[in-house]
Amino acid sequence: MKTVNLSTYQLTNYLLYLADTNLVLSQRNAEWCGHGPILEQDIAITNISLDLLGQARNFYQYAAVLINQSTNQRAGSEATEDSLAYLRTEREFKNLLITELPRGDWAQTILRQFFCSVYLYLLYEQLQKSKDDQLAAIAGKSIKELTYHIKWSGEWVIRLGDGTDESRQRMLKAIENLWPYTGEFFIPAEFENEAVTGVDLSSLKQPWLQKINTVLEEAVVWSPAFGDGWGEAVFMQTGGKQGIHTEHMGFILAEMQYLQRTYPGAEW
Amino acid sequence: MNIFSKMIAAQNNKNTENNSIIASEVAIIWKLLEEVYDPELPVLSVLDLGIVRDVQITSPSPGGRSWEGVVMITPTYSGCPAMDTISMGIRLKLIEHGYNNIKVISVLSPAWTTGWMSQAGKDKLKAYGIAPPNSNQTEEDTRLFAEPAAIQCPLCDSFHTKLISRFGSTACKSLYQCHDCKEPFDYFKCH
Repeated sequence: MKTVNLSTYQLTNYLLYLADTNLVLSQRNAEWCGHGPILEQDIAITNISLDLLGQARNFYQYAAVLINQSTNQRAGSEATEDSLAYLRTEREFKNLLITELPRGDWAQTILRQFFCSVYLYLLYEQLQKSKDDQLAAIAGKSIKELTYHIKWSGEWVIRLGDGTDESRQRMLKAIENLWPYTGEFFIPAEFENEAVTGVDLSSLKQPWLQKINTVLEEAVVWSPAFGDGWGEAVFMQTGGKQGIHTEHMGFILAEMQYLQRTYPGAEW
Repeated sequence: MNIFSKMIAAQNNKNTENNSIIASEVAIIWKLLEEVYDPELPVLSVLDLGIVRDVQITSPSPGGRSWEGVVMITPTYSGCPAMDTISMGIRLKLIEHGYNNIKVISVLSPAWTTGWMSQAGKDKLKAYGIAPPNSNQTEEDTRLFAEPAAIQCPLCDSFHTKLISRFGSTACKSLYQCHDCKEPFDYFKCH
């Protein structure tokens, strides 16, 4: 039996974390398919969903290669992108908690997308320079798509925050709901070892806050992270990266996985 | 000339011969790829799109055309659902012409850009009713609410058009409308 290289083990888990985060966010956004507030925005959110799914597939495919290289799999039981997405259990999923929260209203969906897109953009900017060629390639590919996501979601945060009383109230509510889930972005899990990822996670926090503040200031003229805001004091939820999820996770996995679990190997 | 020099010279001749055979086979494969089309934009070949990055033949086969090699393609967008179909289309086209052992592999870096689309491809897109990507720009303007560049209507050539939505019927297109002829149209967005 081959010994598992520690850094390969960490890199595999890191890839699964990125894949799961993108997959679960993609699945949540896809719930809007056919239910968007207007046709063009229904199409926009599902386009974003498709980009995230594609990015998740790239990470899963690479993780599967590493898993199959480092363990002796019986023929026919090798890891694949599908087995990783459809046949892992809740505790094995490493996605950020923010991605599994219910889609909520349009404001919550938009704000979550904006928070996540800005974070992933900053992260991929660093990962593009990774010593691992394939990780750098996936990041480089994804970042071009993320520029559209940031622009679209950022404009919508402003449109809603600076819109009617109703839309402003909903955006304020979304900020309050989602803010406690943003701390997890910057707290490294054991697999987010800087020696493996090449990213100092804490260095992303200031640029993230700066971008978020600029947009929130324009949208609602208030941000939890401004000087006297409660942003720093609030208790931050964590656990997603370690597989300790919210109650919502089991339900979204059931929705996503029941077909493959009921009819193993089913294909279109 | 001693025996070793003769052997080396003979080997070199053989290599040159092989290289020229390989080069001509590679050229035939490039030619065949002109006949493989994007299922979602059936006027564009995979070469027009600029997604074929390389064609390599690694080992010549003694009998017929069972060459081994790879065609490297790169996806337009990570989630583009046409990629699997395109990859299959290339395989089938090659098998049809006796190239049974050429693999199609996908590479992500360098990331695809609309700058790689051929001029012929852009002309075909316009004739098909889709505004081709602006060739002066390969990156989206990141400023929020930035006024988008004027896009020419593919139907009446007016620049008096407006962006309806940055996301359209496929990942690679935005939705526009022409103020003059009033027609909505797709714009193949810069990427």
